Amino acid sequence: MIKISNAKTADGRIISVEIENNLISKITQTDDKSGIDAKGKMILPGLVDLHTHLREPGREDSETVLSGSIAATAGGYTAISAMANTNPVADTAGVVEQVYRLGVAAGYSEVNPIGAVTKGLNGEQLAELGAMADSIAKVRIFSDDGKCVSDPLLMRRALEYVKTFNGLIAQHAQDPRLTINSQMNEGVISSRIGLVGWPAVAEESIIARDILLADHVGSRLHICHVTTAGGVALIKWAKQRGIQVTAEVTPHHLLLTDDLVENYDPIYKVNPPLRTQKDVWALREALADGTIDIVATDHAPHPSEDKDCEWQAAAFGMVGLETALSVVVKSMIETNLMSWPDLIERMSTKPAQIAGYANQGRNLAVGAPANLLLLDPSAKWQVRRDRLNSKSKNTPFDGMELPAVITDVFYNGVQTVSDSKVIKQASNQGKDLN
Amino acid sequence: MISKHLLSIEDLSKEEALGLLATAKELARITDGPNKKLPTLRGKSIVNLFFEDSTRTRISFETAAKRLSADVINFSAKGSSVSKGESLKDTAQTLQAMGADAVVIRHGSSGAAKRLADSQWISASVINAGDGTHEHPTQALLDAFTIKSHLKPDAADLSGLRIVIVGDILHSRVARSNVLLLNKLGAKVTLVAPPTLLPVGVSEWPVELSYDLDEVIESCDVIMMLRIQLERMQDSYFPTEREYARRYGLNSTRLSLLKSTAIVMHPGPMNRGLEISAESADDVKSVVIDQVKNGVSVRMAVLYELLGGAPFSVSEGVQID
Repeated sequence: MIKISNAKTADGRIISVEIENNLISKITQTDDKSGIDAKGKMILPGLVDLHTHLREPGREDSETVLSGSIAATAGGYTAISAMANTNPVADTAGVVEQVYRLGVAAGYSEVNPIGAVTKGLNGEQLAELGAMADSIAKVRIFSDDGKCVSDPLLMRRALEYVKTFNGLIAQHAQDPRLTINSQMNEGVISSRIGLVGWPAVAEESIIARDILLADHVGSRLHICHVTTAGGVALIKWAKQRGIQVTAEVTPHHLLLTDDLVENYDPIYKVNPPLRTQKDVWALREALADGTIDIVATDHAPHPSEDKDCEWQAAAFGMVGLETALSVVVKSMIETNLMSWPDLIERMSTKPAQIAGYANQGRNLAVGAPANLLLLDPSAKWQVRRDRLNSKSKNTPFDGMELPAVITDVFYNGVQTVSDSKVIKQASNQGKDLN
Repeated sequence: MISKHLLSIEDLSKEEALGLLATAKELARITDGPNKKLPTLRGKSIVNLFFEDSTRTRISFETAAKRLSADVINFSAKGSSVSKGESLKDTAQTLQAMGADAVVIRHGSSGAAKRLADSQWISASVINAGDGTHEHPTQALLDAFTIKSHLKPDAADLSGLRIVIVGDILHSRVARSNVLLLNKLGAKVTLVAPPTLLPVGVSEWPVELSYDLDEVIESCDVIMMLRIQLERMQDSYFPTEREYARRYGLNSTRLSLLKSTAIVMHPGPMNRGLEISAESADDVKSVVIDQVKNGVSVRMAVLYELLGGAPFSVSEGVQID
């Protein structure tokens, strides 16, 4: 039995929580110092990420399911969703089952594989969506993320087909013809520094098309990493019309802008690219008012040689699992745009609902699976790339001071983080903890 | 006196730019004499690190370095380890180990020169000889030098001149550097191109814009024609070569509309018959050959100020040791 005492809930109550047999077994309001004393700390349900690149199989030099799970728990995530763009691509039951089993073996976080929409992410032929849904991984989210399902007919078919098992297509909205060789947001900065632009319209035109397709066939649609004010307006319009669309925003798009690219440091190279301040404001407002439903990390690990080079040669992507919560606190709570209950909704409850992760994003209640975290909301920490748990260190927040320190994490009733340090889990059978 | 690197025209103040032009003028005067060589950079080694083919710019830098008695190493991507996948970082560290004092870099990626200068890979001075579609600062300096010597030899700067730059602004590092420098030196710059070849953010540049060459040609003092890459046609930036030449080429009719004092410039290599007709290229108004010649003097001035001594002032003359 684990006991947590004197923790503060998001709505301001002081409670003590007991955990037994993976579940919350008792919640009391008594003042009591036994067990883990959480005085001054907040207790939240574990975070849920719907957009994580774990790189295994294929690029185990940049991340593995194990190292990514450790980074996840360090960042307060009790569930992550492994994107399909591995090598081989997660487009068969075999690959998604492998990733799922690796996640169980790691034992730090739920690892839910996302299946590819098309075979080999080639955008030509549907992958075996049903087989992945029926596998032990029970895949429900399908995405060609990294690439856009740009063929409108194929997108329509995918949206329709997954209704059989209440699946969801998560679209990486990027018109490929409008973004040939694109390197950064197209605008004033790109014109000056001579990098090929990635125009907002390349994202917005696909969002518009897919909203209309989802409406026409009555399917659910999820838009990955929205980055533009125009994209927000389209999603708002769709929701007003009752179209079943959900959307995510990444922490880095809530905080960083394209002027950071001016020194050509590829640490700021990401796809979709950093946009303008106007877009950042629109994204924050949309997350606050619910137009954008959730925060997703788009955690994208890359080895140092893929960033320690000239801009064009560098890989797109940033790691994000370990900084996500603090970046959202900085951009949304410290700016008074959102409350703590809102944060729980956007980073835990709603993503779990969208994905159908039954053991995640639950209210603090007796009988609920014990996926929890404790954090110190008044403490600050400095991001140090060399202290990240992820195998890759490509964080754009290196050196930045961020609010909110996660001190303890409980995944499925087992403590995985204590005093902000990841506790080695026996279930991964002594494998190197990176 | 300019600082350690020359990466962008933005690195230069107006005074530094004018100082470089004055140094170039003095060096041109000296090297026009019977002995073209100065001992100033004896013992220094300068690497021409060219990841893109550019015979003209490379030869110009090589000539400039040799006239200052520096040792020159040419490192070109073709047939070298670079084409075997060696990274910019490893190449830079190799040059560092060999003791390069300055690296003149031409690279297809925008920002490559800045990456080289900002990184811990190398401690040499870095001179940007063209990075992707970003900048080509020594080209702008040689253009400013050419304009000044033809039209404003005794003035402090280029105030009062109207300069028109025509062509593929979107992909042109020459245009970006020239806009910054000519504006800094007091000239009024107008860009002329079809909208497809203007960047989306161009409205924030310190320039006037026109889609119509005939509207601006009579009032300009300088017309600078940019090279059109033929592959732009395949990408539908314009329908055909002939249509481009008709609307934006400098033909003999347009040549005759220029002011009598106006000069015609082109950074080379020219597509005769496309952006510039043969008559225009060979006309007395054309200063294309002067641009090439001045390129050596300006690059000498850059190397001299980065690696050698203080800028010359025109009145003091120069000591030769």
